[in-house]
Amino acid sequence: MTSPQKVNDFSIHVATVNGSGSQSSNNVLMRAIFRMGIPVNGKNLFPSNIQGLPTWFTIRVNKDGWTARKVDTEILVCMNDLTYVDDVKQLKAGSVVIHHDHMNVAALRKDVTSLAVPFSKIIAEACADPRLRKLAVNMVYVGVVAELVGITEEAIELAMAQQFKSKQKVLDLNRAAITAGRNHVKATWPELLDGKFSYQVQAMQKTQGKILIEGNAACALGSVFAGCSFVSWYPITPSTSVIDFFNEYSEKYKIDPETKLKNFAVVQAEDEMAAIGMVLGASWMGARSMTATSGPGISLMAEFTGFGYFAEVPAVIFDIQRIGPSTGLPTRTSQGDVLFAAHLSHGDTKNICLYPGNVEECYTLAAQAFDLAERFQTPVFVLSDLDLGMNFHMSDPFPYLDQPLDRGKVLTEKDQDQLAKFARYGDTDGDAVPYRTLPGLKDPRGVFFTRGSGHNAKAAYTESGAEYVTAMDRLNKKWETAKKYVPAPIVLGSGKNKIGVIAYGSSHDAMLESVHQLKTENGMDIDYLRIRAFPFAASVKDFIASHEKVFVVDQNRDAQMLSLLRIEKDLAAHAMKFESILHYDGYSLDARFVSDAILSSFNQKERKVS
Amino acid sequence: MSTPEVRANPMLTPNKVGITKKEYGGSASTLCTGCGHDSVTLHIISAFYDLNIPPHKVAKLSGIGCSSKTPAYFLSSAHGFNAVHGRMPSVATGAAMANRSMVNIAISGDGDTASIGMGQFVHIIRRNIPLLYIIENNGVYGLTKGQFSATSDKGAIQKKGDTNTLQGIDLCLLALELGCNYVGRSFSGDAKQMVPMIKGGLSHRGTAVMDVISPCITFNNHEGSTKSYKFVKDNDQAIHEIGFVPSYTPIDVDYDHGTTKVVELPDGAHLTLKKIDRDYDPTDKNAAFDLLHKAQSSGALLTGLFYVNPDTVSYQEVLKIAETPLVELSIEKLRPPKSALDEVMESLK
Ligand SMILES: Cc1ncc(C[n+]2csc(CCOP(=O)(O)OP(=O)(O)O)c2C)c(N)n1
Ligand code: SF4
Ligand SMILES: [Mg+2]
Repeated sequence: MTSPQKVNDFSIHVATVNGSGSQSSNNVLMRAIFRMGIPVNGKNLFPSNIQGLPTWFTIRVNKDGWTARKVDTEILVCMNDLTYVDDVKQLKAGSVVIHHDHMNVAALRKDVTSLAVPFSKIIAEACADPRLRKLAVNMVYVGVVAELVGITEEAIELAMAQQFKSKQKVLDLNRAAITAGRNHVKATWPELLDGKFSYQVQAMQKTQGKILIEGNAACALGSVFAGCSFVSWYPITPSTSVIDFFNEYSEKYKIDPETKLKNFAVVQAEDEMAAIGMVLGASWMGARSMTATSGPGISLMAEFTGFGYFAEVPAVIFDIQRIGPSTGLPTRTSQGDVLFAAHLSHGDTKNICLYPGNVEECYTLAAQAFDLAERFQTPVFVLSDLDLGMNFHMSDPFPYLDQPLDRGKVLTEKDQDQLAKFARYGDTDGDAVPYRTLPGLKDPRGVFFTRGSGHNAKAAYTESGAEYVTAMDRLNKKWETAKKYVPAPIVLGSGKNKIGVIAYGSSHDAMLESVHQLKTENGMDIDYLRIRAFPFAASVKDFIASHEKVFVVDQNRDAQMLSLLRIEKDLAAHAMKFESILHYDGYSLDARFVSDAILSSFNQKERKVS
Repeated sequence: MSTPEVRANPMLTPNKVGITKKEYGGSASTLCTGCGHDSVTLHIISAFYDLNIPPHKVAKLSGIGCSSKTPAYFLSSAHGFNAVHGRMPSVATGAAMANRSMVNIAISGDGDTASIGMGQFVHIIRRNIPLLYIIENNGVYGLTKGQFSATSDKGAIQKKGDTNTLQGIDLCLLALELGCNYVGRSFSGDAKQMVPMIKGGLSHRGTAVMDVISPCITFNNHEGSTKSYKFVKDNDQAIHEIGFVPSYTPIDVDYDHGTTKVVELPDGAHLTLKKIDRDYDPTDKNAAFDLLHKAQSSGALLTGLFYVNPDTVSYQEVLKIAETPLVELSIEKLRPPKSALDEVMESLK
């Protein structure tokens, strides 16, 4: 091998066919590297199909912990006859291609290394049962890659045990396939053995104690540990696994030990209108409730969301965003629902939105969403996306949330003084957050009728314009109060630089890397503010005010977060500072894209000046 | 000591839980004077009073329409939820799942149920959520001024002169088909039949459906309308009467023999009501299908309790949800311990 060696800094791109069982192989490969203490990230690019279409899995190995997507990959594994020509064409020079021996890679590119593997022959020898070969063949490439890059057998064993639990037969089968792959490398390419292959892993101590988790599992955990007891949903990629995980964890940890009955309920609704309706009904009764969906689903939830806003009923809605419209590109990531969710519904509606930037925040902000929904008695959106939700991300283990739940202002029988002056939609405390009561309350003074139509402070029906204005103005004031409760933005950098960049959600990984790139490669110091909630906390304005130029990174075409910022009245004076960076091809954001955009903005300016 | 006169006035006489009928009332109705829906409200009040249900243990749910406004007019000391058009069943489902100790009453209209809300109507029955679902059926969209609804009979003539060209949907037949275990039809003006049927529905363990013909006197009370009426309180009492014994014991059904009642309206229109036979067995589902199919072709409106199966399993039981209402669970039961999180974290390392 001629190219200089790269240790713990490369990507493996595996092209397979979906439904072929390659997911387990990829997980084993990724987890084995992780088990060697090296930071990794796994991104799945899959079709909207169950079996037979191309799918890709990219494992980024990076000693410094940069785990955002990287466009260039160093090792390509070609298992898919239909895509290999294109896959090979896209490689940068010097890459290595591990491929079926019937694929003529050498004829396609002279500047990449071709390692032809007789996968079919190897698996036929390693696996006696012809029916299992299709599945097990994917484990052969795990063995090939492991042998070349130096993944230890011990790490592979640990990863397999985790993937296949203690299913002995499955373990044996897969182990045999991996060994066959390793043996093929040993027999065929002795010159690449013992650390002589260009890309190597070397054990580190950077992942000890860390976890690898998908954002959707984290959202589910946040819900479970926030005491959510009612869930209703209608299946839609990429949100379905939020519910799958919620079910899995609840079935394990929320079954009454004595009665064996569930201390939670999950109802699969007939559509998203019903899902949000059930959530509002359960919340109205007093249960912490949530639904999870994606863009098409929130479209159907629009009317009920406005109802929740105006009648002040809590709800937590996870929107795991994907490309729209309608079915769109259902398996590609996007931040395309930012504007829609913020103002979802007819009339004047503003919804609290949270934007988790990593898997730990998927967990903590999910839990906080329930507190906010009940404190402010309103629908709260948690805007994750396919990248964060369905890909594996490394994280510190999540902290246990032992603070008391904030159930908000709920009056019960014992609150006699408060019930005496109860006004469901009044502003008793001056913070515009009203008191509510729950069905079942015996004291008739606290009973009210929930309706979406005009209501006065006492919840009585009214069509009076003046009373409507009073109600709307209080809702606005409540919105102001919420600004102090929602998660504040996080600023990285000294805060004293002239250039600022604003991003949110799943852009975070790439943003961190881009800031680092600009600093180390271009000597450019920038401050990075990550928005975590709408309404915007006051510090968002301060950040914009104190920078000369502010880039706003959106993973959508229409600069949706920038649009939300532009709506803010007190930001009007700073409108000229903004410059949009837009990424919307459905792939996860990569650092180089952001860095190049920022650099080219300044280069263009210079050109104009000169 | 109460005097016999006072006792005779239930409005002021407390029932077994110490509540007068007056206290089962609500705010003043804003519907058109004489609207069938207001009569239904009165029967609902009677049924709750008779059943001695404390109002605070009741959840009132409705969609949108003149009919859906009525939960404000009864049981003012019960919480109510006036949802969005056609999607009350989902709200009711969530509410019932969250707190299984409540008695749920749902009011809808024929527009609210049979068009925009058809999907949710179908699914609440399918899940057998415990509640009494009353459709105040007038064959029109009252609140939006008289358009045909999906229950209007074919050939019905609208006030403006249009004729309904489409087949009407029989909600009882549909409910039966969907596996509903309590299906009846009545007439808003018929207290004798309505009150026991409401009581039976409130005591039923699953979804109980009542299709109540409740004429709209403003938009559907004229010649050519098949769902119109005048106040039929007088000589109508002998027909379609059911007795009711609260739940868990077989329903005691007491019908008069089958007769037909033609109600003549002030403007000369006619409404034909037909009671079901005395020897009709409402636990026989096939008989119910047969009866309703035959009635469909006869043109008469058949009333009565068509089908009841008290041995029904609610959705909470199917899903194996805790007996304690979810809303009453302690924080310890809602939030798993730290050891649980630690175990999950360990599995992800
Ligand atoms: C989404 C939506 N579409 C339309 C309406 C307008 N709308 C209000 S009531 C109604 C029809 C009600 O008819 P029905 O349920 O039969 O009640 P009735 O007034 O006849 O008792 C309609 C279409 C609405 N409120 N919401
Ligand atoms: S319009 Fe018809 S349904 Fe509505 S209140 Fe008047 S009579 Fe009743
Ligand atoms: Mg109607």
